[in-house]
Amino acid sequence: MCEPRPGLKLVVLGVSMGGLEALKFLLRHLPANYPLPLVAVQHLNAQAGNALAPLLNAVGGLHVKEADDGEIPQPGTLYLAPANYHLQVEPGGRLSLSTDPPVHFARPAVDVLFETAAAAHGSGLVGIVLTGAGSDGSLGLKRIQDQGGLTLVQSPADAQCDGMPRQALLALTPDYQVTLAELPSLLLRLAGGPPSAPRPPC
Amino acid sequence: MTEEQAQTIEIQLLLEGIFQVYGYDFRGYAEASLRRRLTLWLARSGFASFSQAQAELLRNPARFEGLLQGITVNVSEMFRDPAFFRALRERVVPHLLTYPFVKVWLAGCASGEEAYSMAILLEEEGLGDRTRIYATDIDPAVLQRAGQGVYALKEMQRFTQNYQQAGGKAAFSDYYTTRTEHAVLRPSLKQRIVFASHNLAADVAFGEMHLILCRNVMIYFKSALKERVLDLFQACLVPGGFLCLGVKESLQGQPRAPQFEEVLPRLSIYRKRYV
Repeated sequence: MCEPRPGLKLVVLGVSMGGLEALKFLLRHLPANYPLPLVAVQHLNAQAGNALAPLLNAVGGLHVKEADDGEIPQPGTLYLAPANYHLQVEPGGRLSLSTDPPVHFARPAVDVLFETAAAAHGSGLVGIVLTGAGSDGSLGLKRIQDQGGLTLVQSPADAQCDGMPRQALLALTPDYQVTLAELPSLLLRLAGGPPSAPRPPC
Repeated sequence: MTEEQAQTIEIQLLLEGIFQVYGYDFRGYAEASLRRRLTLWLARSGFASFSQAQAELLRNPARFEGLLQGITVNVSEMFRDPAFFRALRERVVPHLLTYPFVKVWLAGCASGEEAYSMAILLEEEGLGDRTRIYATDIDPAVLQRAGQGVYALKEMQRFTQNYQQAGGKAAFSDYYTTRTEHAVLRPSLKQRIVFASHNLAADVAFGEMHLILCRNVMIYFKSALKERVLDLFQACLVPGGFLCLGVKESLQGQPRAPQFEEVLPRLSIYRKRYV
């Protein structure tokens, strides 16, 4: 169904309503040594606190943590945007945080992560819009496509909440439209080859 | 060359030009958010590209003023991160009470929410008449707004909730009066605050401080500029003085880190070592 895609650096995900279950599913089905780092924005209330990362980390598989400012994403790890901050990717690949105004009433916003990641990684990026209400993520996913990155959208019929996938499909024709059940094997095939050793921090 | 690459070069040239003409140095700012802010400004500006905009920006200070606000303005809230302000009350204030007079520097105060939060907190802790808060920002327009102490009424519900969770000792409504859609903060709170223009990328320290708050400001800076700012803070804190960063920031990996003791690392509260 697809060839491994060489040169991939990062997977970015946007989820909102229904996202917790979707992320849990993904964590259960991706191996702990998955060769690419993953960075996700799950819409959160500003006062949400920081319970989400430990909750998801307990699921097993990939290591899950809240992103710190300046961190270099490592393979086998899922980074989450902290509540009340936007999460961004700097040119060169480091993660950064911002307190810029909410986008689509959301902070963290999927579009901010996707736009900055697209600028940083171009064709080395995989962007995925999963279940959620509203339209956050569709502009960002379009940017990822325009910069040569791979785009994936969860089939609206498969999503717990089909708003975000539907809006994304109005904004672009993605490379893949998948069910959640198909996503882990697709991500594994795209990454291809044996998992690489983690890069040393610089 | 892709459009993205061309724009990267245009932004670099524009920042260089702004520095040479106006002295504002954004060359040390982290790129992701700066680029987002600049492109948002460009989309509203009517110019097709940064190259086009540059000709006008370098010649027209009023036009530049608009850009400056677009790329520097920060929004905050009163008592953002209530757990931090509670810790400030419980763990930092007891030390401040031992000084005859307390000087607080709030670097990057934006529209003033945090400055007034500090004024309220210090007053409730009995430091009101022997404290001064120096609240500084790079943008003169935002300082003027900060000095007014007027905020949208719809924000007050969240500010009140934050205040209560931060260990507030009064009713938050005691601190403001309502005027149509706005909340006007009690003027006496301003007596403790000096709003002043200061550029962390270029200016020097302006006095000895007992407490410095610089929260969610350095996340916008590249590492060289972060180091410069931490040098500045280290130099003007008294020995035993406190440094507070945003709760998602830390001194980890910074050359200045050994000169600070971690008081509450999870809330990014540090203390300058005595030796």
